[in-house]
Amino acid sequence: MSTSNSQSIPVTNMMPNMSRFLGLFKSLQYPALGITCLLALWWVGGYMIEANPDLSAFSAFAPAPTFSALVDMVSSGEVWAPIGSSLYRILAGLVWGIAIGVPVGVTVGYFGVALKVTNVPFQFLRMISPLAWMPVAVLAFDSWDSAIIFLIVMATVWPIIFSTAHGVRRIDPNWFKVARNLGASGFQMLSRIILPAIMTDVMAGIRLAVGVAWVVLVPAEYLGVTSGLGYAINDARDTLAYDYLAAVVLVIGIIGYGLDTVCSVLIKRFNWHVE
Amino acid sequence: MGASISLDFISHKFSASAEPTLKDIENRIEPSELVALIGRSGCGKSTLLHMMAGLLIPTEGCVRINSHQVAKPSAKWNMMFQKASLYPWMSVKENAALGLLFDGVPKAEAAERVDTLLDMVGLSDKKNANVQSLSGGQQQRVALARSLATDPEVLLLDEPFSALDAFTRTQLQEEVPNICRERGITMVIVTHDIDEAVAMADRVLIMSQNPGRIVGEQKVGLPWPRRHMDAGFQAMRDELMQQFKGTDTGLAGRNAVESDESNVAKSAA
Ligand SMILES: Nc1ncnc2c1ncn2[C@@H]1O[C@H](COP(=O)(O)OP(=O)(O)OP(=O)(O)O)[C@@H](O)[C@H]1O
Ligand SMILES: [Mg+2]
Repeated sequence: MSTSNSQSIPVTNMMPNMSRFLGLFKSLQYPALGITCLLALWWVGGYMIEANPDLSAFSAFAPAPTFSALVDMVSSGEVWAPIGSSLYRILAGLVWGIAIGVPVGVTVGYFGVALKVTNVPFQFLRMISPLAWMPVAVLAFDSWDSAIIFLIVMATVWPIIFSTAHGVRRIDPNWFKVARNLGASGFQMLSRIILPAIMTDVMAGIRLAVGVAWVVLVPAEYLGVTSGLGYAINDARDTLAYDYLAAVVLVIGIIGYGLDTVCSVLIKRFNWHVE
Repeated sequence: MGASISLDFISHKFSASAEPTLKDIENRIEPSELVALIGRSGCGKSTLLHMMAGLLIPTEGCVRINSHQVAKPSAKWNMMFQKASLYPWMSVKENAALGLLFDGVPKAEAAERVDTLLDMVGLSDKKNANVQSLSGGQQQRVALARSLATDPEVLLLDEPFSALDAFTRTQLQEEVPNICRERGITMVIVTHDIDEAVAMADRVLIMSQNPGRIVGEQKVGLPWPRRHMDAGFQAMRDELMQQFKGTDTGLAGRNAVESDESNVAKSAA
């Protein structure tokens, strides 16, 4: 180790840090622009509402009151309870959706006959808004919570079924042949070949399902229950607390974005394709 | 130890109304024998090989391995395909150990066996690699290790080297029969390539098309290792080429086929 060497170390270490920082800045510059545009539109909208005497009662929808309401909600801690209830419902619905959707999807994708039989009914059922099941759900389940979870299941199973089935149909037939040849039992074929092979497709289906479920959850929570983000919106409207209402909308958007990000990270994690 | 394979009057139709794809195929492959099956594209070579692997059951007749009728696939009679068909979510080691995993062999023992095999096929430094990062030849070597890991009595090869570069192909054409001879494995290779047949086999079966039947066979009595430049190698190749041309459809071809058949009949008698 010479002295010249020890001098050069900070220089060589600084450079990658600098360029990484610049790279991060570059990669964030477009999203930052998008967010700025959205905020600007929101601000203009708020300004126009305030300028219009007929609408001035709604001026709390503007960015400034909304953010201050959000800060209030976070600092008082009242934001966490509705988030908790909503996340619980969506997770419970998703778990059921996966528990039903993956086995059904594998069956439909694996057996050509099952695909032909189920195609029309599934496409038909898929087109029915999950919210349309509300009256049925209320009759069938004794708690509002279960009824809402049922609606979430109705929203999540279809993308999971279709994506899983698609994944199974895409499996290289030689993978089955080689595994059979190596003496795989039916269960081993499922656990060692089929499930790992379709993992990416299942995750993609779950990502779609999460998106639909999150959108459906809020209107579902307008009904009956007294917790959750949908209820919080309704409650804020009834008490004319429009700044709180807008803050809840903001929270819904942020959490939705967060859930989607988690899904896309998981997809990358489970993806065995070489890019 | 290798197993014998009997092809007992096999005929096969893919659908009841169709012309038979295979017709009256009869042959016996001795334990540890190295056999090549040649014939034109579409004559039913792969179909016949799938039957030996238990992946397809003939509509008439049967395959017997060591006199037991083959009814389902088993890792004891293993097939290698043109595509290596490795599983990309498993490492090289895990791919090679797959048959052992299916068989319930303890992990440690499986790892040890696979380790030796991967050394043998020349992949010592790739054991933990992602299979998608391997070349075609390396992938086929993993598939070879995977087939050998379960200690097969029979190795069935369906044009396994046809997608490889000439250099790798020549190497594997030398290595695979060596491995089979060392371990006494009975080998059947399907190929389009007469050189490959001469390089790898003790005996070559020639198939005709429409319907697929075995119309000729040729002992390859050449010493090991086989050298493509040897006079004996070239004479054998020319001999096979002549017989093979006889399987051409058309009048001249038909005569040649018939004379081939009478040759087979004579040699069988
Ligand atoms: N699953 C199947 N269903 C119907 N016909 C089939 C099926 N598999 C093969 N065949 C037909 O049987 C015949 C023999 O096919 P096979 O794949 O055994 O030929 P091959 O000799 O291996 O040809 P190649 O040299 O091109 O691989 C072909 O005419 C093919 O179209
Ligand atoms: Mg073939």
